[in-house]
Amino acid sequence: MLREGFDKRISGLKDKVFQMGNMVDSLISESMEALLNQDLEAAAQIEKKDDKIDKLEMEIEGECMNLLTLQQPLAGDLRLIAAALKIITDLERMGDHAVNIAHVTLEIGKEPFIKPLIDIPKMADYCHNMIEESLNAFANADVEKAKKIAEMDEEVDKLSDRVFEDVIDIIAENKGLLKQGSKLLFIARYLERIADHTTNICERIIYMVTGVYKEIN
Amino acid sequence: MGVRIKIENLDFYYGKFKALKNINMNIYDKKITAFIGPSGCGKSTLLRTLNRMNDFVDGVKIDGKVLFDGIDIYNGGLDPVELRRKVGMVFQRPNPFPKTIYENIVFGLKNNGVKDKKILDDVVERTLKGVYLYDEVKNKINKSALDLSGGQQQRLCIARAIAMQPEVILMDEPTSALDPISTAKIEELLLELKKDYTIIIVTHSMQQAARISDYTAFFLSGEVIEFDETSKIFSVPRDKRTEDYITGRFG
Repeated sequence: MLREGFDKRISGLKDKVFQMGNMVDSLISESMEALLNQDLEAAAQIEKKDDKIDKLEMEIEGECMNLLTLQQPLAGDLRLIAAALKIITDLERMGDHAVNIAHVTLEIGKEPFIKPLIDIPKMADYCHNMIEESLNAFANADVEKAKKIAEMDEEVDKLSDRVFEDVIDIIAENKGLLKQGSKLLFIARYLERIADHTTNICERIIYMVTGVYKEIN
Repeated sequence: MGVRIKIENLDFYYGKFKALKNINMNIYDKKITAFIGPSGCGKSTLLRTLNRMNDFVDGVKIDGKVLFDGIDIYNGGLDPVELRRKVGMVFQRPNPFPKTIYENIVFGLKNNGVKDKKILDDVVERTLKGVYLYDEVKNKINKSALDLSGGQQQRLCIARAIAMQPEVILMDEPTSALDPISTAKIEELLLELKKDYTIIIVTHSMQQAARISDYTAFFLSGEVIEFDETSKIFSVPRDKRTEDYITGRFG
């Protein structure tokens, strides 16, 4: 087989995207744990950890540009590189949302939650599953899995709507809870965006494998 | 979209060796079609079949049909001389005659009995402008064509081909002997020429096929493995062999 060196770099690129995805997945989990435990020390660490993700994104982008410039990839190779370039942008934004959640955690501080957090952790669980599954779909070029993951996004949207209704009801009854209530709404919004970005990633995986642009949801 | 040349069930033999196997393909009017594939895959053989250049090779046998505007060129439908006037050719290495630039261009017309100097002068100016060579050579059109650079010589050969007002131009690796600037000029020229001509180009450069052609045919061992719009061939080829070839996994 010709181009063994090139093949190694392509598989190295895939590994790095996968690694970045795992880092983002962990960061979101850590950020959520800090929120639920109101662990301010852990929340304060999230931003620094996100810097590593940003750095890896730049590294992967550099490698993609290098491969495009020097290797003139075509067909499946080109689609993989194009997909990688788009996927890392989504992953980077997801990492930013983990940081946003940590910021909200720090703002809430040790103040007791205005309601037990039930749907928000559920949203985070869905996000975690979606990310994990989408990374597997990416690694295995699994179109069917990528399509299925998008269905989970609908569940996240439903939960998000429920959080909004619940919190708005609480605020309507007691305006004194407006400050924390609005912060919880932001968290639901960040998780909902994370799920959307994961759906984008699935679209890129479908393109990578089939060459067809397909909008999901 | 009009079909200029229709190739039907074409088999081609050099003696006992079957160089082309059951080729079926449409060449579309005023488009650039690229033939790609590893050496010896049959792409040049097919190109030369389209203006009967292979007639001069011993032991050649052809089955099937090549229809030019619906006329079968191999079964008495079209005189080969007339066919070659309609289907011009440009080769890998620039091959101007050892004559002046002027004489190179009017050679075919003079052989066909055109003597009117004004007509010939007009053709020289028009074709040289057509290949963007006029400004570079207008003060030396009576000097030897062999004094031109390789890229200029190749553009002169294209001018010589279009002087006969062909309908189709066949090009067999026309830039493989040229530097990148000359190559870029020829590529730009082809994109201009396709407004008036149907062009078929054999090329070993994937990037060249991708840059200039509308359709691409991938050949392997005498077969057309895949024929499609160029953008599809280079982004989502259907056949794994095409993918392996264009991505450099073999060939």
